Amino acid sequence: MKKRSNSTLTTFTALFCILFLYVPLLSIAVFSVNASKNGLIWTGFTLDWYMKLFANKYIQRAALNTLFLAVVSTAASTFLGTLSAIGLYRHPWPKPVKRFLDMLMHLPVITPDIVFAVALILVFSLLRTFTGLFEMSMFTMIIGHITFQIAFVALVVYSRLEIIGFDIEEAAYDLYADYKRMLSKVLMPMLIPGIMAGAMLAFTLSLDDFVISFFTAGPKSTTLPLFIYASLRRGVSPEIHALSTIIMLVTVVSVLSIQKVIGTEKAATLIG
Amino acid sequence: MSDKKTAGIPGAELSDDYSADPSIVVYHGELDKQSRILRRGTGFLVPGIVWVALFLALPLVYLTVMSFASRGTYGQVIWSFSLDNLTRLLGYGFFGWSPDNLVIIGRSLLVAVVTTTFCILLSYPLAFFIAARPPKKRGLWLTLILIPFWTNLVIRTYAWYLVLGPDSILTSLAVYLGFIEAGKALYPSAFAVYLGMISTFLPFVALPIYSAVEKLDRSLLEAVTDLYGRGWRTFRHAVLPQTKSGLSVGITLTLVPAMGMFVVPDMLSGARYMLVGNLIQQQFSKTRDWPFGSMVSLSLMALTLVILFITRSREVGEEKRKS
Repeated sequence: MKKRSNSTLTTFTALFCILFLYVPLLSIAVFSVNASKNGLIWTGFTLDWYMKLFANKYIQRAALNTLFLAVVSTAASTFLGTLSAIGLYRHPWPKPVKRFLDMLMHLPVITPDIVFAVALILVFSLLRTFTGLFEMSMFTMIIGHITFQIAFVALVVYSRLEIIGFDIEEAAYDLYADYKRMLSKVLMPMLIPGIMAGAMLAFTLSLDDFVISFFTAGPKSTTLPLFIYASLRRGVSPEIHALSTIIMLVTVVSVLSIQKVIGTEKAATLIG
Repeated sequence: MSDKKTAGIPGAELSDDYSADPSIVVYHGELDKQSRILRRGTGFLVPGIVWVALFLALPLVYLTVMSFASRGTYGQVIWSFSLDNLTRLLGYGFFGWSPDNLVIIGRSLLVAVVTTTFCILLSYPLAFFIAARPPKKRGLWLTLILIPFWTNLVIRTYAWYLVLGPDSILTSLAVYLGFIEAGKALYPSAFAVYLGMISTFLPFVALPIYSAVEKLDRSLLEAVTDLYGRGWRTFRHAVLPQTKSGLSVGITLTLVPAMGMFVVPDMLSGARYMLVGNLIQQQFSKTRDWPFGSMVSLSLMALTLVILFITRSREVGEEKRKS
């Protein structure tokens, strides 16, 4: 086979794309260690902004909120999503029923962010008038995040179920396992990597989210992205550069670990 | 095997030994009454499905009803149904016809189409470039595209403040070329919105196109070259037909979210270059006109479903033709 090669224009455009994606992000990192407080002129290296950042009470609080939100919603959605995937794809549903349930499962994936947020605002206000609960707070944010995470977890677990296939399950029944035993000793151990990948995806989605959080947050449940958005109204500051750089580093680590677990190719197609 | 009872149920077959009781099936090695297996399946499904139904599916129905209600003087919802919100979206207001809302819709369509087009134009070279790297290095390049994809949107958008701010290289160049006055920034502006949108959505298009390009049958490219096809014709006859599926995924992932985007225009245009997403946000966080906001959301959702339906039915058509 002929060696794959590119024209100069292709190479140039591709490298331009990478620069286009990274120059803005790297600028943040560079200016986070710049001594000058105002303007974009390099005046020397410093880690002061990071020190100030760690001493800032509001930022600590926002960081804790972000983490709490991500952990709780990931735990709940991983549980619900895994159950749904087994229930939907490992039981003999008649075709029309399956198609309907499948559609319902995909609904959170196809609904545009902003419409999703609006739907949540409406349902929370309706539930509020009936129950007195559901004031916009950490509680409503967690519900919102779980709602979009479930579908993604279910899809990842489903793709793992497809890979596993039915052979080993059938062998377990042939050896007189009942359903409980088959589930706990055969299917679950094989499903763990899929569940882990689903949980990591859910966690990253939660950290990455802005729109749903923006519309469902209460006054006390500010997360880091919300904090950054609010402080931009007062103009850019080196502390925000430092905070953003840390968040970016966390993103890089989580992307790399998702890839470790499920492979780069798979990680790339997850979104498609 | 082909008993009516099991028709349409994949993997379920009637056991010969139990043919006396047709309600008993063997489903992938498990022998039980079909109703009992399904009851167990229901148990698995109920928590997740009820959750999604309660917090998304039913709220979307509620949103549809709300779209036809109207706003009271104090921002409360009045449950008298009319098409007022729809006509208002089309520009007919209290003070007669005004193009404001239609301009926003038109602008959103324009931004979505331009963004998608640029992303496609950039993605093909990027995909071919990555596909030409040695197999071991490809993962690294893919990771380079995945990282911005997963980086928080607020941070990515805010990053442009630094690139487009006063005194930056790009801004100095624009001043030198006479596009803007010295000391000014390149944002807020429509230009900044386009830059922000294209960089946001580039990975959404590049990744699916890459996975199609990676599987490309290169002998067809050589065939076109042998037949003296060059440049555009190679692309048109050898690349495009083979990468259609990736392309349609990329378009779906960009076109609709781009219209609903509110973060990028909000931050990079100072809310002056409003899109549908900003219009919706305004109704819920500023003017408190939920019925009208619901109508705009409903239109966006309807548009999403139409675009998905078109791409889906084309895919199904392709598959049918193949088989």
